[in-house]
Amino acid sequence: MNVTIDTPSSKEGEQKGQAVSSRRPVKIEVRQFNFYYDTVQALKSIDLKIFENTVVGIIGPSGCGKSTFLRCFNRMNDTIAGARYVGEIRIDGRNIFDKDLDIVNLRRHVGMVFQKSNPFPKSIFDNVAYGLRINGIKDKEFIARKVEESLKNAALWDEVKDRLHKSAFALSGGQQQRLCIARALAVEPEVLLLDEPASALDPIATAKVEELIHELKKNYTIMIVTHNMQQAARVSDYTAFFMLGELMEYDETNKIFTNPSKKITEDYVTGRFG
Amino acid sequence: MRKKYKKQAVGFWILRVCMGIVLLCLAVILWDIVSKGAGVISWSFLTENPRKGMTEGGIFPAIVGTFLVTVITAILSVPLGVGCAIYLHEYAKGGKTTRLIRMAIRNLSGVPSIVYGLFGVVLFVQFMNLGTSLLSAGMTLGLMTLPWTITASEEALKSVPQAYRDGSMALGATKWQAIRTNVLPYAMPGMLTGMILGLSRAAGETAPILFTGAVFYLPFLPKSLSDQFMALPYHLYIMSTQHHAIEKVRPLAYGTALVLITLVFFMNLVAIIIRYKLRKVKLQ
Repeated sequence: MNVTIDTPSSKEGEQKGQAVSSRRPVKIEVRQFNFYYDTVQALKSIDLKIFENTVVGIIGPSGCGKSTFLRCFNRMNDTIAGARYVGEIRIDGRNIFDKDLDIVNLRRHVGMVFQKSNPFPKSIFDNVAYGLRINGIKDKEFIARKVEESLKNAALWDEVKDRLHKSAFALSGGQQQRLCIARALAVEPEVLLLDEPASALDPIATAKVEELIHELKKNYTIMIVTHNMQQAARVSDYTAFFMLGELMEYDETNKIFTNPSKKITEDYVTGRFG
Repeated sequence: MRKKYKKQAVGFWILRVCMGIVLLCLAVILWDIVSKGAGVISWSFLTENPRKGMTEGGIFPAIVGTFLVTVITAILSVPLGVGCAIYLHEYAKGGKTTRLIRMAIRNLSGVPSIVYGLFGVVLFVQFMNLGTSLLSAGMTLGLMTLPWTITASEEALKSVPQAYRDGSMALGATKWQAIRTNVLPYAMPGMLTGMILGLSRAAGETAPILFTGAVFYLPFLPKSLSDQFMALPYHLYIMSTQHHAIEKVRPLAYGTALVLITLVFFMNLVAIIIRYKLRKVKLQ
């Protein structure tokens, strides 16, 4: 890739954040955020604000750091040796990199659905109940109620209600991914991170997941990484365009796709490269 | 016929011959032992003490001794092995030290068993003053099987997808919760198989127990951990090389060998059944 990019200074970053007009309270604020794998800088001074109950699409070419960025919000990158954060990510005003922050508790409030659906080798019921059980909930009635509610919210209940105690592996790919969403919903997170949740799904299953995202944003703040430009345009209210670890542009989805303020964004969303 | 198909046919035949040779060896050994040993197997052979300078009677004390020493081996080597494997695979950072430790463990599994035997004499019998006893011998065998149990357990942990750990932790599980509820259950079949195979090898070893606790004849069964004991492999060794009337006791030696390999076979069978059962549960 032979594109020259002017590095946005922190000031420009601030402006980008403010350029997005807000009618909702800010849920997440990223300030001068950098991420390193050992000495390699994967994310470079990122600033953005995410509003409550909105969907933020994260797009960009492969290797631009979008998945890495997503995995910062629940600190899943901590599991990688040599991972290092510089800067702040504030969720509800609390910096998630504070020394005394309880990471386990953070992950309960910031749910994640992975790119490859990863149901556990348990029954459908036990998959959804897993998060409740590890968080110390023992009340069987409550668990059963919560499992049903989560499966309903993930638009999977009608398809699986007669075989809750069968293996989750017997589900189709799309159902498995919705099961993973249900599993994440069961622990009542506030933020939902979706890492290319539909990349391995057929168009019908994809449509179902997208429909679901639309429903979910009533109750959750959602960030979704996607490779699919149409998907970003369809499901997200705001879109962040990343390249080579930098946030190139962040604005309302409509603006990014019809009238982006940077040439490079336009080139990317119109498919001229990437 | 094209040349590459001929080459393939030749290759397949070489592989078939290799397989055949291995099977033939196994068959010859089994046939030799079964045909010559089956004659002496009887209820009294399995349940009686040896008599008349071990020229008559059974091998009951040796069976009991081997069973007991294997249990002690398991008690020592299973928890330690699993614990080490979990630490190495899940907690240790993959740095130089970890690699060095892992390499050392792999190398230890290649150390001849007689070396373990001598080590056991120095450490358990003399330094820890446990004497030649069930405990010393069991601990020596336990040490010997440790590298196998660690390696097998680590392989089993490795086969559990990282997604199970990540998925669990992303729901707010601590690392330990993720391991206990979402990794160990699925690593269990592999771990158990590796351990039982390790134990079945330990049950058949002579050298490590030679100086640490086994004796060639005892008129009574061991009553405590500090007693000496008879063991099948050592009994077999005595009967086939050290006895004053080797020719006369040869059938008894073959009978002992048959009992020993049957025992080992059953342990392996148990390993296979456990693995099969757990795998079925997992994929139900």
